[in-house]
Amino acid sequence: MYLNANNISFSYRKNKPILKNISISIPDNKVIGLMGDSGSGKSTLCKVISGYLNNYTGTITIDNELIDKTGYCPAQLIFQHPEKTMNPKWKMHKVLSESWNPPQELKDTFGLKEGWMNRWPSELSGGELQRFSILRALNPNTKFIIADEISTMLDTVTQVQIWDSLIDYCKKNKIGILAVSHDKELLEVIADNIVLFNDINKL
Amino acid sequence: MTKTEENKQGILNINLRTKTLIITGIALLILISVFVSNYFIDHTAVLTSNFYNVNQPPSFEHWFGTDWMGRDMFMRTLLGLGISIGVGAFASIISTIVAILLGVFSSVNTVVDEIVTAVIDLFGSIPHILLIILVSLAFGGGYYGVVMAVGLTHWTPLARILRAEIKKINTSEYIKLSNEFGKSKMWIARKHIFPLIISQIIVGVILMFPHAIMHEASISFLGFGLPAHEPAIGIILSESMKYLSMGYWWLAFYPGLSLLFLVLLFDLIGENVHKLLDPQSAQE
Ligand SMILES: Nc1ncnc2c1ncn2[C@@H]1O[C@H](COP(=O)(O)OP(=O)(O)O)[C@@H](O)[C@H]1O
Ligand SMILES: [Mg+2]
Repeated sequence: MYLNANNISFSYRKNKPILKNISISIPDNKVIGLMGDSGSGKSTLCKVISGYLNNYTGTITIDNELIDKTGYCPAQLIFQHPEKTMNPKWKMHKVLSESWNPPQELKDTFGLKEGWMNRWPSELSGGELQRFSILRALNPNTKFIIADEISTMLDTVTQVQIWDSLIDYCKKNKIGILAVSHDKELLEVIADNIVLFNDINKL
Repeated sequence: MTKTEENKQGILNINLRTKTLIITGIALLILISVFVSNYFIDHTAVLTSNFYNVNQPPSFEHWFGTDWMGRDMFMRTLLGLGISIGVGAFASIISTIVAILLGVFSSVNTVVDEIVTAVIDLFGSIPHILLIILVSLAFGGGYYGVVMAVGLTHWTPLARILRAEIKKINTSEYIKLSNEFGKSKMWIARKHIFPLIISQIIVGVILMFPHAIMHEASISFLGFGLPAHEPAIGIILSESMKYLSMGYWWLAFYPGLSLLFLVLLFDLIGENVHKLLDPQSAQE
């Protein structure tokens, strides 16, 4: 199974294109690393691929079929800042179960402590919240994970732990990963292929 | 933070919360007893003239004195406050419904949002008293006219708040994510948006009371509000104007003060409920 973005162009404002004729292909058994300077438009591309931005030109397909805009989106984006993706007045168990109820062993794999479930998002650290948002995105309907600088705020040991668990789960369940980062060393460790953003963005 | 510091803060928090709860409770109790007392007072007895007792200054027997027809001013004031609370309640409910409808409506799309904003600005810019009198006359005056007039003119601040709040929530990442999870608009409205705006609605309703009450009293005072036979505070005040020059100061002083007290009580409750429902934003 492949996710294909074909000839994607996008601009927030007229005459100021951010993405131009970008094509990228993500297989369901690989981790594709996407590297680029900050401000170059990586997050914008991630949002286009996972359905957050709509006024783009080009197509996004999974096995040559356009992604259905209504139901559950098979390409799930994980953000750099998890706190923004959680309702501040929801406790963590509710935040998690909005997507699905993962089995206990998966919670353990990602280091989710039982005691965190009854806390508000404001009562957990960024790294702890990120574990929730990663696990939340691993709903059985997810076919591709778009990971936009998801480990930037974590220390190296935690970074390795989380990426190990995520890649392990995705390889077993045939979920493809687009791993976006400006960190060359990290991508060299986790990615099967590395794509340079400036090479695919034909500005 | 050390353990003791944490404990200290914990105790302080509990104390503050308890204090807020107690203040709110007492204020509510006073309001409810004023309102409920209306159902136990024998209206005809209170409003029947008693010419052996005219124009008595305040005493232990008649706390607020008596008027030119010998009626007990304390009882009349109590009845007046009851009417004020009633008008305030109906008017607040009407205002809130209008505010919620407009707030929700504005989230449909940008064109509708602009129209709603224009309507809010338009209504917000017309002088209240003038608008209230006009609407009241349009609805045929009387109790019904006053309630409709006050209700239909007091929704602008709450509508503005709700519109802004819904907009903020709607553009947040967690709502977009909810979309990604395939949740319906209705589901998002029920589970995400409504719980986040309900506290604003409750506080908005309570804080609308004092405005509604003051406006009802002022147009009744001016003669455009409740009919003269109602024992409303506005009516009492305008009637007693004629007697002030004779030195019967208590006819206006105590009813006016009581009305002010009632308004302050609602303000107090509104602020405290806000603190209780939304401790974080109340501190900001
Ligand atoms: N919502 C937005 N509206 C307008 N411009 C934006 C918006 N989001 C990002 N941009 C601009 O688009 C460019 C690319 O941003 P982004 O995709 O976040 O880059 P990256 O993730 O590579 O750091 C930046 O110049 C940024 O200022
Ligand atoms: Mg970025």
